[in-house]
Amino acid sequence: MKLTVDPIGCRGHGLCADLLPEVVRLDEWGYPVLANGPLPPELAAEARRAAAACPALALRLRKA
Amino acid sequence: MSILPPHRLDLAGHRRRNGVVPWVAYHGDDGRDRLVEAVEAAGLRGRGGGGFPTAVKLRAARSRRSIVVANGCEGDPLSRKDAALLTLAPHLVLDGLQLAAHAVGATETVLCVHAGSPVLPSVTAALAERDDHVPVRIAEVPRRYVASEESALVHYLTSGDARPLGKEPRPAERGVRGRPTLVDNVETLAQLASVVLLGPHHYRAARTDLVTVTGAVRQPGVVELPAGPSLTAVLAAAGGETEPVQAVLVGGYGGTWTTDLRLGLSGIPAVYALPASACGLEYTAKVLAFLAAESARQCGPCMFGLPSIAADFAELVRGGPSVHRLAHRLPLLTGRGACAHPDGAARLAASALRTFGADVTTHQAGGRCRVLEGVA
Repeated sequence: MKLTVDPIGCRGHGLCADLLPEVVRLDEWGYPVLANGPLPPELAAEARRAAAACPALALRLRKA
Repeated sequence: MSILPPHRLDLAGHRRRNGVVPWVAYHGDDGRDRLVEAVEAAGLRGRGGGGFPTAVKLRAARSRRSIVVANGCEGDPLSRKDAALLTLAPHLVLDGLQLAAHAVGATETVLCVHAGSPVLPSVTAALAERDDHVPVRIAEVPRRYVASEESALVHYLTSGDARPLGKEPRPAERGVRGRPTLVDNVETLAQLASVVLLGPHHYRAARTDLVTVTGAVRQPGVVELPAGPSLTAVLAAAGGETEPVQAVLVGGYGGTWTTDLRLGLSGIPAVYALPASACGLEYTAKVLAFLAAESARQCGPCMFGLPSIAADFAELVRGGPSVHRLAHRLPLLTGRGACAHPDGAARLAASALRTFGADVTTHQAGGRCRVLEGVA
């Protein structure tokens, strides 16, 4: 699985970094920076929750 | 065959100089295949700056209802080659547009230029002389730097909003009004016409590139040289240096500074020669301010990041300690936008820090790095 951010949709709410700090950190403007590489399988459930919780629906989980 | 004539060619003049497209040889579906194979054999790559193999793009956009978009906007302030082509050799571009339309099975084509562009009279007159198989419409695109990015053109032609759409879906899959769309730079189309008019093998031997040369050269403007010229050859073709050149900006405002004049250019549309008496950091700061103002303001890292690095550079020029901030910020601008606008700005800024490293130190030690000779 792979996480991606829709750069136009993202509004910098920052929920993703709260829900998934292992993979997402925020830059100085509050926009997500994702860790490189595929998502560790043990984080799949949290990643799904984070994607569903994004107020802008800009966090996407895809099959890598 | 050079593609840029010394004076504007009307249709009769164009045919005398370049000949007539042998449509019979490319008739029907087999003909389409032969046309794409000819483009592939010629090794043609995009001349808008991306350098993507044209034959691959033609194959990807093939359908019974595609649209071909000719990109003649030339948003980069350092580039004038597309305007030169549309002014002097409009029929070569329009032959290429018809050939591309045939190759992908297009039912309509759009020639995009900036609103109020000085090329409009030449293009309008050229279209009035022709009786083309696939209709050509002229679209006047808002005069913004990112409006001529591929997905922004598709977006504008679909909805009137000239902001980039992002990487997915690709225009070849779902482009203008949801139809498969091929977007090609106008020089690419002129080169495509040359492939057909000369034949791919002759073309390969005689291939030329157009490069816009500005800065410290005697005859700034558009030069035409055998493909893949060195920077030395490009500067010489523009009349040589007016004073020693300390560095060259290769590839326009989103390009890269270099001091290696032996560097070969492939697919580079524009070079700017920075004179020894000027400051590369100051020049870069001005360009970054422009790029920041030209953000479409859709993506956070671009909307906030570009003004930040532009301000960092302005501070650097004034002697402030912003180098460490830049080192931290620049890597965060790459690959995080819907288009490559922030990537270009980050590339320019990073290459300026590398190329003018000694000047950075001087500025930090107390302001201006260069004192003109004869100034006390």
